[in-house]
Amino acid sequence: MDFLFYMGDVFTPINFGLLLLGTIGGLILGATPGLSPTMTVALMIPFTFKLEPQQGLILLGAAYTSTVAGGAVSAILLKIPGAPANIATTLDGHTMAQKGQGAKALQLSFIASAIGGLFGVFLLIFLTPVLAKWALAFGPSELFWLAILGVTVIGTLDSSSVVKGLLSGCIGLWLATIGFDDIMGAQRFIFHSSVSGGINVIPALIGLFAIPQVITMFAKGRKGTDAEIISVKRHPIGAAFREVFARKRALSIGTAIGSIIGLIPGVGGQIAGLVAYDQSKKISPESAKFGTGHPEGVIAAESANNAMVGPSLVPLLTLSIPGSPTAAVLLGGLLIHGIFPGPTLFTQYPQVVWPFINSMLIGQILMCVFGLLIAGWAANVARVPPAVMAAVVLGLAVFGSYSVQHSMGDVYVMMALGLAMFFLERFGFSAAPLVLGLILGPIAEANFMQGAMIANATVGQMAYFFTGWLNWLLIVIVVVSIGYSIWMELRQRRYTTKEDATA
Amino acid sequence: MKKWIAGAALALTAMTGSAMAEGHGDYPERPIMLMVSYGAGGATDFQARIVTMTAGNDDALQMPVAILNKAGAGGRVGWNWFATQAEADGYTLGAYNVPHFIAQSIEGGVDYSVDSFEPIANWGADPAVFVVAADSEFNSMADVIAYATENPGGLTFSGAGLFVGHHIAALQLEKAAGVKLAYIPNNAGGAGAMRAVIAGEVLGGVNNLSDAFRAREAGTVKILGVFDLERNAFLEDVPTMMEQGYDIDNASVNFRGVMVPAGTDPAIIDHLAAVVPTMFENSRVASRMAAGGSPMQIMTRDEVIEMWAQRQETLEELLAGL
Repeated sequence: MDFLFYMGDVFTPINFGLLLLGTIGGLILGATPGLSPTMTVALMIPFTFKLEPQQGLILLGAAYTSTVAGGAVSAILLKIPGAPANIATTLDGHTMAQKGQGAKALQLSFIASAIGGLFGVFLLIFLTPVLAKWALAFGPSELFWLAILGVTVIGTLDSSSVVKGLLSGCIGLWLATIGFDDIMGAQRFIFHSSVSGGINVIPALIGLFAIPQVITMFAKGRKGTDAEIISVKRHPIGAAFREVFARKRALSIGTAIGSIIGLIPGVGGQIAGLVAYDQSKKISPESAKFGTGHPEGVIAAESANNAMVGPSLVPLLTLSIPGSPTAAVLLGGLLIHGIFPGPTLFTQYPQVVWPFINSMLIGQILMCVFGLLIAGWAANVARVPPAVMAAVVLGLAVFGSYSVQHSMGDVYVMMALGLAMFFLERFGFSAAPLVLGLILGPIAEANFMQGAMIANATVGQMAYFFTGWLNWLLIVIVVVSIGYSIWMELRQRRYTTKEDATA
Repeated sequence: MKKWIAGAALALTAMTGSAMAEGHGDYPERPIMLMVSYGAGGATDFQARIVTMTAGNDDALQMPVAILNKAGAGGRVGWNWFATQAEADGYTLGAYNVPHFIAQSIEGGVDYSVDSFEPIANWGADPAVFVVAADSEFNSMADVIAYATENPGGLTFSGAGLFVGHHIAALQLEKAAGVKLAYIPNNAGGAGAMRAVIAGEVLGGVNNLSDAFRAREAGTVKILGVFDLERNAFLEDVPTMMEQGYDIDNASVNFRGVMVPAGTDPAIIDHLAAVVPTMFENSRVASRMAAGGSPMQIMTRDEVIEMWAQRQETLEELLAGL
């Protein structure tokens, strides 16, 4: 119960002030398109130079926690996912906002985030030694099969038909090959200097989600604005709590998947939300409602996102290996004060580590409180006339893409992909599977290459990729997932667009 | 308070990339940008942030330095940008990693070579080391090479990628020991390569001294040898490769420092070359670097020019066989 012993440290005036600063700053920065949690934490590092180690880490812990949740704000209100983690949130969250239920969507997302997040941090507190072994269990062969499992999700994710979902995924996989390949350094499809470093996921995300919507809004123009006004419904906070706890299935699937996947170094944060969304959809008796503004979609995705925060730090704190880009930035924040993470961390620097973990616990609650306070007010964004909204979203999209690495090339990539996506959407393709392909492509490829190199030097490829219970477990899940998709496809009528499907 | 303002200015410029020009004093009259061709949180980024944290002091550049990350393709994206698009106005500095960028330029397919850049000063030197898991049966390089001799091409060991310091070290080891090894480049950089060693996916690995030192403190690895001319202060007990009978020099040592694009005004280069090494010598910088386990080696512009030329020669020879 060490964490309770050090709980008092979080509430000293200076520390609590920093905690508030980190939480509010994190929410604002997280809600800004293009500023991912990694960037936000990196921006805060210079401020910790002058602070005591304990104070610095409280600031960073609170900021990390709240930026992950803050990303949901732009995903729901503007359909711009702040980071890959928030992709799944746009699917139902933004649809809810368009129906005037933005306040409800935001409230659900903050409450689900806080519950998932608290669970994740408690895992970090109580089960760290056990989880550390699990984080090491995923080698090249396991990560390869995991990526393939992700690919099987593509078909059933938010498309009018499985075939179109798979086609979108293939486009994403192809886009992922552009640039220098990760292992051999070979150059592929570099037809313009903007893509010489490959397609960066954040600008691609912004373009694929925000730009088709901007074009649609401009196309509507000023005609018929009177009919377009959405009445933003108020939503009592108590009702939001009741709703989240009534949707136990989505909440528990989201939290469980987020915690498990968050542990896996290098993969976790990006796909936790999408996998949780897809699994809740498959298991739910109301699976047809997903994608049409169903609260379970928001709850599953956001609880998974924040549940991943705690476990994603396990490899860093116990083995001194940063498992995610954000963990790598936090490692810098520790090293700058001469603190080396590792098994002795908890005995050598308890006065730093425990307040850091506590700051994430308290940060989750504060983040939820502030989120609920602004939700009702922020939802009014939906009342902004489409023409004005389109201009604002376009401006944010350009700013967000540019800010990732100060490159106009990323802005061109964002615009080109967005324009292409506008036409693809007319034919019933959708952006989520495409982005999933873009994220999973490099993971599958690089791990296959590494696995094959190790296998050739040792036991041979068949033996390497098909031995071990974890490999076989993943293979079985892959087969079941594909079988389920085929069954769904045969059972359902084919539709040309999503609108036909829901009509 | 002044530091806070400098920190805020740093964060602001990092976010917007805008420079606040004011006044008509001598160079520098506005904040300076330092391009790092690796992601936020990596060793190069982390060290660049520390060595530039006193830039605003009166005895340094008197202006804060903002870090700009342009990551991708093992550093190629950032250095391509620096060689072709960065303005040679003295307000755009870049961080170099030797032997990485020199090896990549010899391999080809990039827009830069040693002639594209003008070095200013070197701040750090991180040698490569050979690590094995803590429970490994190997206890010296002799054990490793004995295994490799029995199983030609069967000794798997990880490193951060191709044409980086770790890869150079691997090639040197193969050549010096006269055996065939299986070098497995990792897509997740040094951290990923270290994870592969600890998880037992590979039998050993080449990694950064600073990261290996931390891993050994954590009790997860043993360090068998240093790819450098002398033992390192952080690891007095670990012998060099030369001591263990392998003729390997310091060609794989990861030198980090600051450079500007070729074509920058010589007066600005001279000013930077005079001020930047003293900025690195600041005691606060040294204590932060030591706390993080990052070995420092401050070199002046002339010393770096010489080091680059030497590396160019050694690497051309070593990579000719690939």
